[in-house]
Amino acid sequence: MSIIYMLLAVSVVVALLFFVLFIVSVKDGQYDDTYTPSVRMLFDDEVVKTKEENNQINSK
Amino acid sequence: MDNCFHCGDPCTEQTIIHDDKKFCCNGCKLVYEILSDNDLGNYYDIENNPGTSPSFSKDKFNFLENEEIVQKLLEFNEQEVQVVQLSIPSIHCSSCIWVLENLQRIHHGVKSSQVDFPKKTVRVTFNSNELDLKALAILLASIGYEPYISLDDYEEKDKKVDRSLIYKLGVAGFAFGNVMFLSFPEYFEVQEFWLDQFKGLFRWMMFAFSLPVVFYAGIDYLKSAYKGVTSGVLNIDIPIALGIIVLFVRSTIEIVFDLGTGFLDSLTGLVFFLLLGRFFQQRTYAYLSFDRDFKSYFPIAVTRLLKKHGQVEEDQVPIYKIEKGDRLLIRSGEILPVDAVLLSDKASMDYSFVTGESDHITKYLGEVLYAGGRQQSGLIEVEAIKNVEQSYLTSLWSNDVFKKKRHSSFQTLVDRISKKFTVTIISVAVIGALIWLFINPLTAINVFTAVLIVACPCAIALSTPFTMGNMLRIYGNMGLYLKESVIIERMSQIDTIVFDKTGTITTSSASQIEYKGEPLNEKEEKNLASTLRGSNHPLSRALYNELKKNDILPALDDFKEVAGKGLISRIDKEVIKVGSPSFTSSQATQEEHIETAVHVNYNQHYKGKYTFKNKYRTGVDELFERLSKDYKLHVVSGDNAGEKEHLKDLLPSGVVLKFNQQPEEKLNYIKELQSQGARVMMVGDGLNDAGALTQSDVGVSIAENVNVFTPACDGIMDASILGRMDEVITLSRKAVNIINWCFILSLFYNIIGISIALSGNLTPVMAAILMPVSSLSVVAFTTIMTNYMGRKFSNKTSQN
Repeated sequence: MSIIYMLLAVSVVVALLFFVLFIVSVKDGQYDDTYTPSVRMLFDDEVVKTKEENNQINSK
Repeated sequence: MDNCFHCGDPCTEQTIIHDDKKFCCNGCKLVYEILSDNDLGNYYDIENNPGTSPSFSKDKFNFLENEEIVQKLLEFNEQEVQVVQLSIPSIHCSSCIWVLENLQRIHHGVKSSQVDFPKKTVRVTFNSNELDLKALAILLASIGYEPYISLDDYEEKDKKVDRSLIYKLGVAGFAFGNVMFLSFPEYFEVQEFWLDQFKGLFRWMMFAFSLPVVFYAGIDYLKSAYKGVTSGVLNIDIPIALGIIVLFVRSTIEIVFDLGTGFLDSLTGLVFFLLLGRFFQQRTYAYLSFDRDFKSYFPIAVTRLLKKHGQVEEDQVPIYKIEKGDRLLIRSGEILPVDAVLLSDKASMDYSFVTGESDHITKYLGEVLYAGGRQQSGLIEVEAIKNVEQSYLTSLWSNDVFKKKRHSSFQTLVDRISKKFTVTIISVAVIGALIWLFINPLTAINVFTAVLIVACPCAIALSTPFTMGNMLRIYGNMGLYLKESVIIERMSQIDTIVFDKTGTITTSSASQIEYKGEPLNEKEEKNLASTLRGSNHPLSRALYNELKKNDILPALDDFKEVAGKGLISRIDKEVIKVGSPSFTSSQATQEEHIETAVHVNYNQHYKGKYTFKNKYRTGVDELFERLSKDYKLHVVSGDNAGEKEHLKDLLPSGVVLKFNQQPEEKLNYIKELQSQGARVMMVGDGLNDAGALTQSDVGVSIAENVNVFTPACDGIMDASILGRMDEVITLSRKAVNIINWCFILSLFYNIIGISIALSGNLTPVMAAILMPVSSLSVVAFTTIMTNYMGRKFSNKTSQN
């Protein structure tokens, strides 16, 4: 039955870990701008593509 | 007509074809070239016609040569790495984000750039050896993203962002989840050996989790309740705080003495939901500012002329450093920051922003120019006679009248209900306890606390933030941006609306020109146009633009501009005089003298006049017609009474018209109406309305572009929805109705809960179910209702 002490300890530690991560991410300003990253995410592919094209042109 | 490939505007004046694409102006073409040369053609693939036509003069950013100013603007400056955050009002779509975050491909001096779309800012990291701030500003402006740098940026900023609500919400949510998880086994009251064994441990853990909830996350409610009690105001936080305290104390006692599990699950849930409501209500428009003063309107620096060794040198001086006697150079379109004496021959100043007077004021050599005017005629030289703090506009702003906050006699719906609510709940609890004292004294204390726990007005406290938070978003989608949610409640009680004229019910740019008198033939009209072409007076320019056709105009044989009077010209022995009534020997009446008109005299014979009438926004007359049924309407204007007759014809008969009103007079006018018991909404636009906007119960500022300057106000309204003002107010009344329905709904839950509590049968699991159920159903009800209303409104928009 003492396994329950272990489980409790683990669950609390995991929960605390996520809680601390949440506080740190808020402090870093991750939640200050919730819109721009959603748009930025969609650009990445295109940017990489054009860079590759540039390299190809340059290497030619 | 073709639309510009870059900015999407119709090509009215010219169409430039470049690279098989059509452009409306050279500026747009230039931006396209810059972008396509730097492999940024993707810009046009992400959205159609994403651009903004660039219009700026390079001199505009000369003040960024001043090292002191640059240091103030930079966020970070170490060796060659500099970081700056610039506000760019023209950010509006995903293409904007893309191009601004790829600046390093246009200039290698830029290391990285990051856009904050809601705030409309870009943070640029750049190498100061390769690029300086001025070059960066010009670079941005040249691709149509001109940074807006005002005096506000120069001041020390308080950069701390208040995130405490999110932290508190996080703490409460974390504790709520864990307490729920720990109290779950006891919900079933299973009499198992091993569960019994761990009961104590589980309970003490719950207790540990609830400590930060009471003493950190929920502390605001306790503080506010304490303040309410000490000041004798029974606010809604008192029953909430009472609930929190009773829940905590009773649970602690139950756990310590091993009497039961306590109500810690309900306690943490309650605080979590309350904070959630608060978070939802806190919807702000990051890129709008409701508390602006002249600082966001004034430039940071102006050009000063310095005499050194007999030579005149130009330098850029921060406006706080301007001293009496300094000689300043003000370019066309720049704002004069200090009171000064004009040293050039002539200047045309646009004070529409300060006084509401739409006509430009012409000043001559030696006259005093007041700060705040926008200079309109080329380059002028002035000598400062005061420094910035003592100048007219700034001293007007620091006048107490403008600073005074409106006395908060306004009671919110919740305030009104909470007094009765608190009294009722406490008396029910006491009476219940007294009755039980005779039946079973042990249960009495149980009943007393149970009533306070179950009556905790969570649903009532949640209904307002959720309804109003949702309304704020609905209004925002329509084009009305409100500062905070309590304004919606104030708006629902309005019975009087005061409008400013210039810029509010009239458009600020266009005016209608009407001709009255002997008709002019084609040749006379051509000659007149030719005469007007020589003059830079704003009225001449406006009339010239109206008259000019693509014909070739006859050349002038002689031309003279008589200052303050008009123009005189000779073409083929015909003498044309244009200007004031006396100059053109017109038999004008007193009334005609005050209207804005250009009189024409042909060969010593008076012909007639061109009258300039303000152009009213479309739908204004119908709006007034509709509003006049339910509200008292007033129009208060800083302009002269020249438009009076025209306005009388246009608006319904009950509208009170006031002209020649100074900013203080407007404020006092509102005050007078309020002292007669009226609840006043002020609709204005300029700095001259700022005092009245602050004084009124609801101050709404009209803006054609919500990103540009608006005076301090409660809400900013897009000019395009002015015509639907009546619906906007009706909507606020409906929102208040929804809240009333929510109150009835939550009272119904309260009656159920209290009757269970009075019977002495309230168990923790019941409280844990009843509280979230009542809160969630109220939240769901108000969300559905407000969204339904908002959809009905936007459907109407799409039909129009």
